[in-house]
Amino acid sequence: MIGFQTLLYKEVLRFWKVALQTVLAPVMTALLYLLIFGHAFQSRVEVYPGVAYTSFLIPGLVMMSVLQNAFSNSSSSLIQSKITGNLVFMLLPPLSHWEIFSAYTLASILRGLMVGFGVFIVTIWFVPMSFAAPFYIVAFAILGSAILGILGLIAGIWAEKFDQLAAFQSFLIMPLTFLSGVFYSTHSLPPLWREISRLNPFFYMIDGFRYGFFGASDIDPLKSLAIVTGFAVVLTALAIRLLAKGYKLRH
Amino acid sequence: MPAIEIRNVQKRYKDVHALKGVSLTIEEGEFFGLLGPNGAGKTTLISILAGLARADQGSIAVHGHDVVSDFRAARRALGIVPQELVFDPFFTVRESLRIQSGYFGLNRNDDWIDEVMANLDLTEKADANMRALSGGMKRRVLVAQALVHRPPVIVLDEPTAGVDVELRQTLWKFISRLNREGHTIVLTTHYLEEAESLCDRLAMLRRGEVVAQDRTSALLQRFAGLQLVLRLAHGVLPASLRALAAEPHQVNGGQYSLRLNSYDDVEPILAQCRAEGCTFDEIDIRKADLEDVFVQIMNGPEVIEGLA
Repeated sequence: MIGFQTLLYKEVLRFWKVALQTVLAPVMTALLYLLIFGHAFQSRVEVYPGVAYTSFLIPGLVMMSVLQNAFSNSSSSLIQSKITGNLVFMLLPPLSHWEIFSAYTLASILRGLMVGFGVFIVTIWFVPMSFAAPFYIVAFAILGSAILGILGLIAGIWAEKFDQLAAFQSFLIMPLTFLSGVFYSTHSLPPLWREISRLNPFFYMIDGFRYGFFGASDIDPLKSLAIVTGFAVVLTALAIRLLAKGYKLRH
Repeated sequence: MPAIEIRNVQKRYKDVHALKGVSLTIEEGEFFGLLGPNGAGKTTLISILAGLARADQGSIAVHGHDVVSDFRAARRALGIVPQELVFDPFFTVRESLRIQSGYFGLNRNDDWIDEVMANLDLTEKADANMRALSGGMKRRVLVAQALVHRPPVIVLDEPTAGVDVELRQTLWKFISRLNREGHTIVLTTHYLEEAESLCDRLAMLRRGEVVAQDRTSALLQRFAGLQLVLRLAHGVLPASLRALAAEPHQVNGGQYSLRLNSYDDVEPILAQCRAEGCTFDEIDIRKADLEDVFVQIMNGPEVIEGLA
């Protein structure tokens, strides 16, 4: 248990020592998105009745920040340790697979939630928000950041160089987040693209999260919760298996 | 129970057969040296011992705990100083040591951390960031990190490569003390005089095989023993003595190194040379050091009978 606590502490301290880059910068980015897209579309788009576009946008932006930062945390920590070689400090001690998995995932959740909370605090000054179902807000934020933290862990285990990790991020994580309905409702899409969006697990995270604020969503939030939970379980099993086998970590 | 029991360990990387069935037993309290040229498989063997790599075949146990199936107990008993100079740039020296203690399940370890730092002359740098340290200081921290959990078995993989005299002396003083207190020490090094003066027993690896294994003193005696160095002013070495030449034929300008079993061999050899009309420029008797042994073994036949 002390091993797990220490690894978690180390992972949190790692991003906290560079919080300007890991927490404040993403908040700034999200604020820019809000200002620019809010300004461009405010008077033209109404997604749900009675919900202004800027209000609609905020949960999406918060969730996007949560997801991207949760992914960045575990993946960049691992790849840095791998490339600089200091991963041995973690591989030599008697840490179990579950300890490593939980510490990296929890640290990612923490960073994701911190950034998300930061984005929320900053944007709320500009737009009035409602909280229709707070349970869903918390549940989807935690599950979403956990999933991306685990994906980051898997990507970090798999990647051998920074550019492989960057590819994972640019060609998988970014498209999946941007095409998940952060900036639009999937109901506004042509039927084919709407169906394709349903295959994107990130869509359910954002749609369910948004339900927590407006009490309105593209699909039933309970269904989203079930799908997202199932996705988390599958990824957990995969990550634990990779760690137990020592895939690309123990040669 | 031995400190480390290595049984028929084999490891193959894509096109390199890194270890071809290595077996070694290292007893508790020993100061053991693992020697061999670059690429002999020393670091691969240590990596398997440390759990950083997996053996294709065979097994290793530390104090009876298998390094794969019982990895938690095995790793608790092991302190590994890696060869690569690695560090975590986010932390200070003290933070690094506290974190490493925590990984081993130790919460309040500051007394021992302070003692280790004092013994390695690190105290002044306790609150310096790792990035700000010189190479030698980083090496000290690596040693300290391996010792935070007071492991009964300490493995040092070329700890003195490119390190200044002061650190070497500090390091060996501390490691020798730990050895006297009962810790088992395993050392790989390219500095043979270091191995000769520190290690009780040695194993030599060549291309993934143990080619010699014995007590240091026995290796020195059995292998190279004494050499008589002759430089002839006139004449050639009698044919009957050629077989004794340690290095094939003359080295330069009529110089020969002849292997001796004892000092008693000197007179008959000289007498034989005189009988053939030789005169000498120089006569010298050398006691072989580990370097000679090393060179002989590394250049010798595949496996030396009775030694491996």
